[in-house]
Amino acid sequence: MSTPKTLYDKIWNDHLVSENEDGTSIIYIDRHLVHEVTSPQAFEGLKIANRSVRKPNFTLATADHNIPTTNRDEGISDPESKLQVDTLEENCKEHGITFLSMSDKRQGIVHIIGPEQGFTQPGMTIVCGDSHTSTHGAFGALAWGIGTSEVEHVLATQTLVQTKAKNMQINIQGELPLGVTAKDIVLKIIQTIGTAGGTGYVIEYTGDAIKSLTMEGRMTVCNMSIEAGARAGLISPDEKTIEYLKGRPFSPAENEYQSASDYWLSLATDEGAAYDKTVNIDASDIIPQVTWGTSPEDVVSIDGLVPNPEDESDETKKKSMIRALEYMGLVPNTPLKEVKVDKVFIGSCTNGRIEDLRAASKIAKDRKVADHVNAIIVPGSGLVKQQAEEEGLDKIFIESGFEWREPGCSMCLAMNADKLKPQERCASTSNRNFEGRQGRGGRTHLMSPAMAAAAAINGKLSDCREI
Amino acid sequence: MEKFKKIESNAIPLPMVNVDTDMIIPKQFLKTIKRTGLGKNLFYELRYDEKDAPIDSFVLNQDKYKDSQILITGKNFGCGSSREHAPWSILDYGIKCIIASSFADIFYNNCFKNGILPIKLDESEVTKLQKAAENSLSFTIDLENQKISYFDKNINHEVSFELDKAKKTSLLEGLDDIGLTLAKVNHISDFENKQKSTTPWLYSQQIK
Repeated sequence: MSTPKTLYDKIWNDHLVSENEDGTSIIYIDRHLVHEVTSPQAFEGLKIANRSVRKPNFTLATADHNIPTTNRDEGISDPESKLQVDTLEENCKEHGITFLSMSDKRQGIVHIIGPEQGFTQPGMTIVCGDSHTSTHGAFGALAWGIGTSEVEHVLATQTLVQTKAKNMQINIQGELPLGVTAKDIVLKIIQTIGTAGGTGYVIEYTGDAIKSLTMEGRMTVCNMSIEAGARAGLISPDEKTIEYLKGRPFSPAENEYQSASDYWLSLATDEGAAYDKTVNIDASDIIPQVTWGTSPEDVVSIDGLVPNPEDESDETKKKSMIRALEYMGLVPNTPLKEVKVDKVFIGSCTNGRIEDLRAASKIAKDRKVADHVNAIIVPGSGLVKQQAEEEGLDKIFIESGFEWREPGCSMCLAMNADKLKPQERCASTSNRNFEGRQGRGGRTHLMSPAMAAAAAINGKLSDCREI
Repeated sequence: MEKFKKIESNAIPLPMVNVDTDMIIPKQFLKTIKRTGLGKNLFYELRYDEKDAPIDSFVLNQDKYKDSQILITGKNFGCGSSREHAPWSILDYGIKCIIASSFADIFYNNCFKNGILPIKLDESEVTKLQKAAENSLSFTIDLENQKISYFDKNINHEVSFELDKAKKTSLLEGLDDIGLTLAKVNHISDFENKQKSTTPWLYSQQIK
C-alpha cells in the first residue's frame, strides 16, 4: 500500500510535470485568473521576448481592483485607472483571452466570479496575481497568489517552478454558537497562529465546524489563509462542493459530471496521512471577533477590551502595539463596544457573496443606519448584485440608509474613489487592517458582515447577537 | 535579469516587524503599467507627510543612507499582497539586499524574480546587524560564498547565511526562468496529453 497522502500531496502529485535537478518542480497550472493591476507588465514581458500565451482558454480576465462602484455609465474618470483597464482589454484581445468587462453582468472580483462561473473546480491548480487567490481552496483546489513575473511565466508556459510547501492541519472541532460565522473562525485562527504562523505551509482546514459551513463560508475561511501567512488554504471537496458546482457555465458537462465528482471525492486526505503541524481550535469557544490594531492578528472578542501594551512582556511587540494603538486612536482598556465608527464597508473577496449580504440584511431590516455613519454595500460581482436585487436585499439596505454600489474590490484596498479620510474609523468586512490600507490615516476594524451591519446601525462596534 | 554581484554599502536600519506591502508601496502607485519609476514612492506614507514633504526623521530621508543598497528590517517583512510593485519599488530605489529574521512567502519569492537577495538570519543576529547599520558601518554581501561581513572597531565580523541552491544560481547567473521552463516544453505537452485522458473535463469545457 502506498503512503497515506494529504489533499495537498495528492493535488501536487497530479500536477507534477517534471522535477528539476535543483530540487524544484515544474507544476502544471490548470486555470489562471488575470486582473488589471498585476498583469500589464507580464504581457509587456511576453511582447519583449516575442512569446505567446500557451493556453488562452485556461485563462479568464476581469477588471476589479481599479474600477468605480458608482456611475458606471460614465466610464472610468481617473486616467491612470482607465489606461490600466484598457490595457488589460487590449492584451486579452491580442492573446484571445476571455475578458469580462465592466459592462458584463458577470464581472466582479476575480475570486468571486471564478467559483460563480464554475471556473474553479476541485483538484485544480489555480493561480492569480493576487494574494487572496487562496479563496478557491474552499473547493479543494490548490490555489495561490503570485507576483507579476510568475503571471508572465504562467501565460507563457502554463506552469510554475515551485518548491513543495509543508502540510498544516487546522482542525475546528465542535459546533459554532449562534451568530458566529466563518469570518469569526478565520479571525480566531489568525489570532491563534499569528500572521506568520502559516509561512511555508499549505493549510488544510478540517473538523465539524468547517464541514458545516456553506461553500460561501468556506471561501471566507480560505480567503484569509494569506493573512495567516499561508499561500494556500484547502478544504476537502464533499457533497456540498459537488452540489454547488452543478450546472455552472464552466463546470464539467452532465456526461462527465459523475466521473469528475468521483475524482474530486477521491482527493480527500487519506486516513493516517501525516501533517507537519496540527492546530486544534474548539468552535464552541468562538464568539464574534473584531480587530483592534493594524495587523490581522490583532484580534479580540467583541465583549473584550482594547489591549494594554503594559501587559506585553516582549519589547518589540510592545512597541508595535503602542504604534498600532496610536495609529488607531484607541486608549488601552476601552471596551470595544464603546468604539464609535464613521464608515461601514460590506463587500470584498472575503465577504462580498450573497450569503454575506443576506446576513447583513437581516440586521439592517427595519432599522436605520446611525446618523453619523456612512455605510456602503459593494456586491462581489454583477451576479451577486442581481441575485440580491431579486431577493429584495437592495431595498432593505437602501431603506435603512446604506448605499448600494456596483461590484468591485472598492474600499478593501481603496484603489478607486472609495476610501477613508485620515482618522476615519471603519467597520469593514474586508481582510486587511494595515496602516493606510483603506486610505491614508484610515482606521480599519475587520469583522463579519452581520457585525459590520450592527456597527452601522448602532454607530459603534457592536455584538450582532444583541441586536 | 542582471547578474547579482558582490555588494559593498552601508545598510538602512528599519527595525519594524510585519512591514506590509501597503507600507512598502501604497495602492495609489499600483496604477502604473511599467515596472520602473516606483523608487521615489518606496515607503511613501512613512517617508512623506500629507503635503508630500519628506519626513526628516524617517531613515530613508537621512543623507547617510541615500545610496544604501541594503535594508535590515524586522520579522515577516513583505506580508500582505502579491504585488510585485513592492520589490520593484525597492529595486528602483537601489536596494538589492534585504536582511530580516523572516519574510512573507510571496514577497520572498518575488525578490528572486527581480534580482534582489533576501537573507534570513536569526533574530539575535539581525539585531546585531541593525546596530552596526545604525552606526553606518559598511557591509559586504558576498552571495557566492554566502557571507555578510563588516568591520567594527577594526574587527572583521562575518555572518554566514543559508540559501536554497536553485535560488542562488538564479541570482548569480541572472537566469531567465521562462526560457528555462520553455526548454522543457516537451514535458509540458506530455503532461497535457496525459491529463487529457485522466481528467478530460478540464479540457472539454471551453471558456467563451
